[in-house]
Amino acid sequence: MTVRARVIPCLDVADGRVVKGVNFVDLIDAGDPVEQARAYDAAGADELCFLDITASHQDRGTILDVVARTAAVCFMPLTVGGGVRTADDARALLLAGADKVAVNSAAVARPEVVADIASRFGSQCCVASIDARRTPQGWEVFTHGGRRATGIDAVTHALRLAELGAGELLVTSMDRDGTRSGYDLELIRTIADRTDVPVVASGGVGGLGDLVAGIVEGHASAVLAASIFHFGEASVADAHAALAKAGVAVRSHS
Amino acid sequence: MIALIDVESGNLRSVANALAAAGASDLIVTADPDVVRGADRIVLPGVGAFGAVAANLRKVAGLEDALGEAVMQRARPFLGICVGMQLMAEIGEEMGEHRGLGWIEGRVARLPAATGIKVPHMGWNDVHPVATHPLLVPGEAYFLHSYAFTGADVLATTEHGGAVTAAIGRDNMVGVQFHPEKSQRYGLALLERFLSWMP
Repeated sequence: MTVRARVIPCLDVADGRVVKGVNFVDLIDAGDPVEQARAYDAAGADELCFLDITASHQDRGTILDVVARTAAVCFMPLTVGGGVRTADDARALLLAGADKVAVNSAAVARPEVVADIASRFGSQCCVASIDARRTPQGWEVFTHGGRRATGIDAVTHALRLAELGAGELLVTSMDRDGTRSGYDLELIRTIADRTDVPVVASGGVGGLGDLVAGIVEGHASAVLAASIFHFGEASVADAHAALAKAGVAVRSHS
Repeated sequence: MIALIDVESGNLRSVANALAAAGASDLIVTADPDVVRGADRIVLPGVGAFGAVAANLRKVAGLEDALGEAVMQRARPFLGICVGMQLMAEIGEEMGEHRGLGWIEGRVARLPAATGIKVPHMGWNDVHPVATHPLLVPGEAYFLHSYAFTGADVLATTEHGGAVTAAIGRDNMVGVQFHPEKSQRYGLALLERFLSWMP
C-alpha cells in the first residue's frame, strides 16, 4: 500500500484545560487534555494536535507541563501549536515531548521563523498553520484566532512557508470553522495541488463525509476535526472505515 | 543498563517514555563515552538533519569511538531510530555531504520527487520485512522523513513512490527509519523485542 491518510483529533486547550465541550465516556476528568490524549491513543488516532488557544507567554509553563504529561502516556505523534514565536519556543515544546510544533501568527509577522525552526530541528517537525478567509479574489490570511486581517494572500503565504522549510501545512478555513458545513475544499485543494509537502485540512467538519471529501476532493494528506470526535458522534475507527469505503488507504485497526 | 544516547535530539523524551513503557527499568540518558562503553544495550535516536546530528555526536570527545567499541567490538545490541539509523551509513547527503558512523555500506539521499508523492514522507505506512529478523514483523509504523537509505543490509522496506528502506541491520545492530516510539502497539512491541534481544 502507500502512506495512509491520517485522522487527527484536535484539542483546544486554554490554561491547561480542554475548552471545547467533550463527552467522552469513562474519563476521570473530561477537561484534562492528558486524559483525552490517552483515550485517543487507545482509539487508534493517527496523530493528535493540541492548540493552546490562550497562548500567552505567562502560560507557557502550563502548556509545557501538559505536553510533558501527555507525551508520557501517548505513543502517537503529537503536534502542539499556539504562541510559538521563536525557535527557542519550539525547542521548549519539543523537549517537553511534542513531535511537531505549529507556528501561525509569528510566521505572518516574520516568515523566517519557519526557516529558523526547520534548520535547527528539521522540516519534519515544523508545521506551518494558516488561518484563511475567503475574499472576492481568493483567500486572505487572518491571525489571532481569525480576528485580525492581514491583507496577505493565503495561498501565496502557504507556499512560501513550505519553501522556507515547513514540513507540513495546516490549513484552516475561518469561514467554515465551527459551522459544521464541511472543509473549504477549494482552499485546501488549491494549496495541496501546488506543494510537495503534506497538507492537513481543518475547519468545518460536521460529519464523516466531510473527512472523506477533505482527502478525495481536497487532496489533503490528513484531516483534522474536533467536535465530531469530542462529542462522541464518531470514533476514529468510524472515520477510518468511512475513508476506506471511499477507497482511501488508512491504518487498520487489527 | 541501557544507554539512550543524547545527541540533543528533539524527541529524546518520547523515546525514553516508550522504552520505559516497553519495560526498560535501567535506562540512562547519556552522552558520556564511559557510560556508553559499559552499556548492555544502546539506543541512538535522532530527529533533525543528518549533518547536525552527526556534528552533535562528534562534539562530545570520545563518544564516536565509545559507540564503535561497544557495538562493533563488544557486540552490544544497538538500535538506531530515524536519523539514528541513517547515521549507521557511510554518507548522508542532507544539506551537504556528511560522514556517518560507516557501520553499514550505503548512503542517505533525498527521497525523489514524483507526481503525487509528498515529501516529507509523513504518516503510517507498511513495514515489509525482506529478510528474517527477530525484531521485525510486518505491520504499520509511523514514518517522518525526507531522506532515505540505500545500500547493503536492508532488512525491511516500505512504499512511497517506490520501495524505501524501512530497516537495516547486521549482527547485533538494527536501525529503523520509522519511529517505534510513535507507532503505538506495533512500536512498543518492537522495543520490547529489542530489550530482550540476544543477538
